[in-house]
Amino acid sequence: MRRKELSILILLFVLCGIVAIMNPQFLSSANVQNTSRLIGTYGIFSIGVGIVVITGGIDLSVGSMFALLGVLLSMMLTEWHWPAALAVAVILALGAGLGLVHGLLITRLRLQPFIVTLCGLLLYRGLARYIAADSSKGFGSGKGFRWLSDLATGSLFGVPMPFVLMIVVGVVMWLMLHRSVYGRHLFAVGRNEEAARYSGIQSQSVITGAYVISGGLAGVASILIAFYTNSVSPSSHGNFYELYAIAAAVLGGCSLRGGEGSIAGIVIGTALLQVLRNLVNLLDIPGSLDFAVMGAVILIGVIADASLSRRERVHHQ
Amino acid sequence: MHALQMSGISKRFPGVTALDSVDLDLARGEVVALVGENGAGKSTLMKILAGIHQPDSGMIRINGEPVVLRSPRESARHGIGIIHQELEVIDSLDIAGNVFLGREPTRGPLRFIDRRRIDAETVAVLARLNLRLSPRTLVRQLPTAHQQMVEIARAISLNAGILIMDEPTSSLTLTETEQLFRVVKDLRAEGVSIIYISHRLSEVQELADRVVVLRDGKNAGTLERDQIRHNQMVQLMVGRDLNSFYTPRQSSATASCESVCFEVKEMRTRRYPNSGVSLAVRRGEILGLAGLVGAGRSELVAAIFGVELPLSGTVHIDGTAVEIQSPRDAIHRGIYLIPEDRRSFGLITAMTVRENITLPALERYSFAGFIQESAEEVVAVKMCTELKIKTPSTGVTASNLSGGNQQKVVLAKWLSLKPKVILFDEPTRGIDVGAKAEIYHLMRHLADQGVAILMVSSDMEEILGNSDRVAVMHEGRISGVLDRAQCTQEAIMRLAVA
Repeated sequence: MRRKELSILILLFVLCGIVAIMNPQFLSSANVQNTSRLIGTYGIFSIGVGIVVITGGIDLSVGSMFALLGVLLSMMLTEWHWPAALAVAVILALGAGLGLVHGLLITRLRLQPFIVTLCGLLLYRGLARYIAADSSKGFGSGKGFRWLSDLATGSLFGVPMPFVLMIVVGVVMWLMLHRSVYGRHLFAVGRNEEAARYSGIQSQSVITGAYVISGGLAGVASILIAFYTNSVSPSSHGNFYELYAIAAAVLGGCSLRGGEGSIAGIVIGTALLQVLRNLVNLLDIPGSLDFAVMGAVILIGVIADASLSRRERVHHQ
Repeated sequence: MHALQMSGISKRFPGVTALDSVDLDLARGEVVALVGENGAGKSTLMKILAGIHQPDSGMIRINGEPVVLRSPRESARHGIGIIHQELEVIDSLDIAGNVFLGREPTRGPLRFIDRRRIDAETVAVLARLNLRLSPRTLVRQLPTAHQQMVEIARAISLNAGILIMDEPTSSLTLTETEQLFRVVKDLRAEGVSIIYISHRLSEVQELADRVVVLRDGKNAGTLERDQIRHNQMVQLMVGRDLNSFYTPRQSSATASCESVCFEVKEMRTRRYPNSGVSLAVRRGEILGLAGLVGAGRSELVAAIFGVELPLSGTVHIDGTAVEIQSPRDAIHRGIYLIPEDRRSFGLITAMTVRENITLPALERYSFAGFIQESAEEVVAVKMCTELKIKTPSTGVTASNLSGGNQQKVVLAKWLSLKPKVILFDEPTRGIDVGAKAEIYHLMRHLADQGVAILMVSSDMEEILGNSDRVAVMHEGRISGVLDRAQCTQEAIMRLAVA
């Protein structure tokens, strides 16, 4: 494990220790269950966004995609009475399809990732509100798709399903990113797209692939989030979630300049963010300070990292 | 009195002694060439003069006064101007904006920039350099040579008494180089002292009043004006004789009967849409492609390699036309490019030597889409040994290697495949003498194995020393092809400017 991942892992443990000492509730089964469920859900889409960040891009659209896909999922299941398997397949395909559109706009039309996905953020949010006529969509009694809601809210041997799913996704993505030819190409393109092209790498398809992965994983997460909240209110559902993902990726060692990062780092970064939110709850810090605490901790982490790596560089010279 | 006197300058970095008691002095109106292999300490010495590094010991005097240069700002205040090898102009600003960057004169209570004044002063400085350009021209619209002149103009307008020029001609054409030489000589006549750093010894021979040679961080010797000879400089630089610098083809007579391996027909590039280029390279031949920078040579090789698609034209290998839409297609056909700018295009400097070498053909070292690092390592180690790449291990990041070793890594990428055609674009730009010779040997070795080589070079010695034939380009078309027997500097120049 590289220094970056190790230091944030240590930070995570230290933080857990402090919270556990100050409030033993932290280690209660209910709290551990709930926190790990959130880590699993957020981890899945953060991995997708992190892969995009490694290409040197960014994906701002996932939060709004959760609203759009959540609304559609509810309507498919409760209003159109589609079989759950079909609904899942369509949601995943839609997620990946939107990612494909982002990727093609970015690589073929040479638009900036920030702009393309920012437009996605606005567009999908608006569409979600329009389709749902600005009213909340729920899942009613859940008849006919119990297994699907179990996937989001159930557990396997006491481990929340989203966490199990994140482990599976994490392993697959780790193999892809750190062991496969595609992963090596992804890092190469992120570090120097032109040089990668001169080496015969089809950088456009490599980059597009990253956005498809991000969209697809956002599709998976959208189902988990919809069932977790059990009600999708299109104007607020998934708000700011893209920023959680980007923060997790950066905390975990991804550089926004591209070419750097790891799956382990992204997952640890996600866990750290969730523990921070949990900390605000458990330590009687006013809930309104939620974002402020996260912002401060991320800032301190980034400053510490920058000064550490500066010292390392001096030592190398 | 000396304009500049550096005595006993030492500088240690953790693990290396970059400079060991180095002396350098410079009289008013003198051009001193500072030469040495990469890593000899030239750039550290200049960084000390620029105020970027502080020496551990030693004394710097300017006009006899001891000075301490703690920052680039202080260095500039003492009249030291630096023209960097990598141009440091802001290309979205105009000429005047660059010349006065950071010290714009203002007027009025709101301190608006005094445009009229900086325009007028810029015109005056440009006139000293014999340039008639509008001060409002955007720098990005200027050719490289003029961008460099803007840097020189900036230094002059700062009243620099000491001018450091670091490899100033590395991206200039022959005529532009001559233009620069005139400027250097004019400045010298005006009393400006110049430290001229260059790997091109013929330039040093023409310009320098004195040559100071550094080797391994120490003074290796000084040559006065009448002692400056190519061989002497090389000998001092490397500490040994380099008698076999170039290895010409053993029997050039056989070249003519060998078959044409690689042919380009009527290729038109975006830069010169009205002229088509045709050329042919035989198996085992090195065809030098000479010409002025801007003659369309780099555009041509970029088009052949599929980087910038040509407007028209075909590429043939062994008589069959091949379609090239991207570098990937070219690579599949066995056509490889060693690009001019290796840090931007040749290498991914943040990746390791091993990862760079295997990048173009990772499929070969993987199974079912997964990379087998042991197979990768075998190839990387083999290439490092064959090409004598100096690196502690294959896991070292490419950015840590010297220019020459980096260029060998770029070569290694392609040599581990089976090259048919290699396009070299300025193969030894910014590379030191020792590594240059090794790359020339490799080039000849490849040709002897039957590879067709097209070598774009603006370095006349390189063209004359390595080519079996020379094609010369002028404004987008081939103005002539010379056999080895006809190849002289004059003949090439005549075609290049024709």
